Amino acid sequence: MEKSSNTPILEARNLHVERAGVTLLDVPDLVINEGEVLSIIGPNGAGKTTLLQTLCYLMKPTQGEVFFRGVKVGFQLPPFEYRKRLTMVFQEPLLFDTTVFNNVASGLKFRKLKGMEIGKIVIENLELLGIAHLKDRSARTLSGGEAQRTSLARAFAIRPEILFLDEPFAALDPPTRESLMEDLEHVLKKANTTTIFATHDRMEALRLSNRIAVMKGGMIHQIGSPMEIVNHPVSEFVASFIGIETILSGRVVTKGAGTFIASISGHNIEAIGDARVGENVMCFIRPESVVISLDSARGLTSERNVFSGTVEKIIPVGPYYKIHIDCGFPLAAYITNDSCRDLSLEVGKKIKASFKATAVRIIGKNKGISKDRE
Amino acid sequence: MELLFEGIKKAFYLLFTLDSEVMGITLLSLNVSGIATFISLFIGVSIGTVVALSKFPGRKIVVSLINTGMGLPPVVVGLFVTIFLWRSGPFGFLGLLYTPTAMIIAQSVIATPIVMGITLAAMQQLPKKLRLQILALGATRLQMVWTLIKEARLPLLAAIMAGFGGVISEIGASIMVGGNIKGYSRVLTTATVMETGKGNFDIAIALSIILLALAYLINLILTYVQQRERPR
Repeated sequence: MEKSSNTPILEARNLHVERAGVTLLDVPDLVINEGEVLSIIGPNGAGKTTLLQTLCYLMKPTQGEVFFRGVKVGFQLPPFEYRKRLTMVFQEPLLFDTTVFNNVASGLKFRKLKGMEIGKIVIENLELLGIAHLKDRSARTLSGGEAQRTSLARAFAIRPEILFLDEPFAALDPPTRESLMEDLEHVLKKANTTTIFATHDRMEALRLSNRIAVMKGGMIHQIGSPMEIVNHPVSEFVASFIGIETILSGRVVTKGAGTFIASISGHNIEAIGDARVGENVMCFIRPESVVISLDSARGLTSERNVFSGTVEKIIPVGPYYKIHIDCGFPLAAYITNDSCRDLSLEVGKKIKASFKATAVRIIGKNKGISKDRE
Repeated sequence: MELLFEGIKKAFYLLFTLDSEVMGITLLSLNVSGIATFISLFIGVSIGTVVALSKFPGRKIVVSLINTGMGLPPVVVGLFVTIFLWRSGPFGFLGLLYTPTAMIIAQSVIATPIVMGITLAAMQQLPKKLRLQILALGATRLQMVWTLIKEARLPLLAAIMAGFGGVISEIGASIMVGGNIKGYSRVLTTATVMETGKGNFDIAIALSIILLALAYLINLILTYVQQRERPR
């Protein structure tokens, strides 16, 4: 019944979910290839969970079809049979009130596997997630991290063809999350499991995935490789969500060979790309591309875009500081704690901010807005 | 005061010598209420689970009816069961009035809404996503329902206890449909009322001690159940 190997493992067409007249999900087309890790990112309420639950038929779409290896889920492949070939891990571990071993065995018991076989698979997966020593513990006595590991072991024990992860780390503290994510990264690579991973943490998404889909208001605004999303965000929303702090709107004033100059609040910014003179554009400048130097320093820099400005705010972000600068337009920069000390930065200090023409990402303004309205 | 001490002394004597009449009454009580609880368990858990897991129009009304049923006055139940089983009533031909079977029927009617209501609450208290998680692990609908019942097993034990506790201490229906016939349909509560009326405080106190001990046992188990927590 299954088609050739280049058929995508999962395909959704014209997916539409409506509840009480409100559109929760509107995904015209989504293709997931065998072995890839696709992250779905977006703020709370973007429709990530709805998309995941619809894709695995835990929620029936109001409209649209889901194809698993080319076979439509429904009559030919009943949802219950389809669900046997995938599994989902939720934000809450949702463990059963029994031992860790029995929890990990539960999916296998539903499949009526024999006791010997179950035992072997369970131990394998407990070891895979580093919790073999907990096997006889009651699920009630586990810590948050241990419980989520148990939940993941329970999912992997099924050997799902598609693994759905719905914000599995969101409820964990940072060190626990870090160690669990490291292990998950390892397990995913080893098992080569097709994974769809919803998160609101862009760093998790950038780290784990081959492709990222950015969602808001039930729609996928952009889908592509992490590099594409970071470097070529298609809209202001995608850019702000993926972590570009400075978003400016301006108008193209002059055009050169592959470069152009845009005027932003009276300041000329040089950027790489194609644009028509007179066109309205959005510029994104990633904070890590902005270099801060003292106002008195000589202009030795090769950067074309150099602006004088005043430090407005200094926000500590772990090993970095995020500096908000007023250059006549707002600009954000990341600098290390050491350089912040060396430059003796303080609020109100005059500094120079510079960035390369290649650090400026431009999109047509109309494109960005129309995408938001779609 | 002497009346009380004498009564208690004689009561313990009756208990420790396993007085045949006291034992007979106790066993019949356990028997009737046990079977009634068992019947209510079947009906209550299945209907309670169905109502908890499904959505249908008028569901809120059904839930409120079940909750009202949890406080059904035994005398009212006794009255209607009596009417139904009355010689000229719809089930009069069965000749069940004033038999232990009639008491089982009446007590089942009292216990079923109690078990149903607690089952409903217990199933609704389970995390909503647990159902999705079970399905996502590849369970059939039947496997899902069974897993949920297993997850709610402690509150369900509470339902059994509450149902049993409700009917073993109930008197109105038992006396109306059972008739308090000596050695046949006389149970702990009906006997206590009668012996007290006759001034036989020793037997009345002995029967009361048994009832109290049962009530304590039930509450002990309930407390233990309530102190346990669900896993994350």
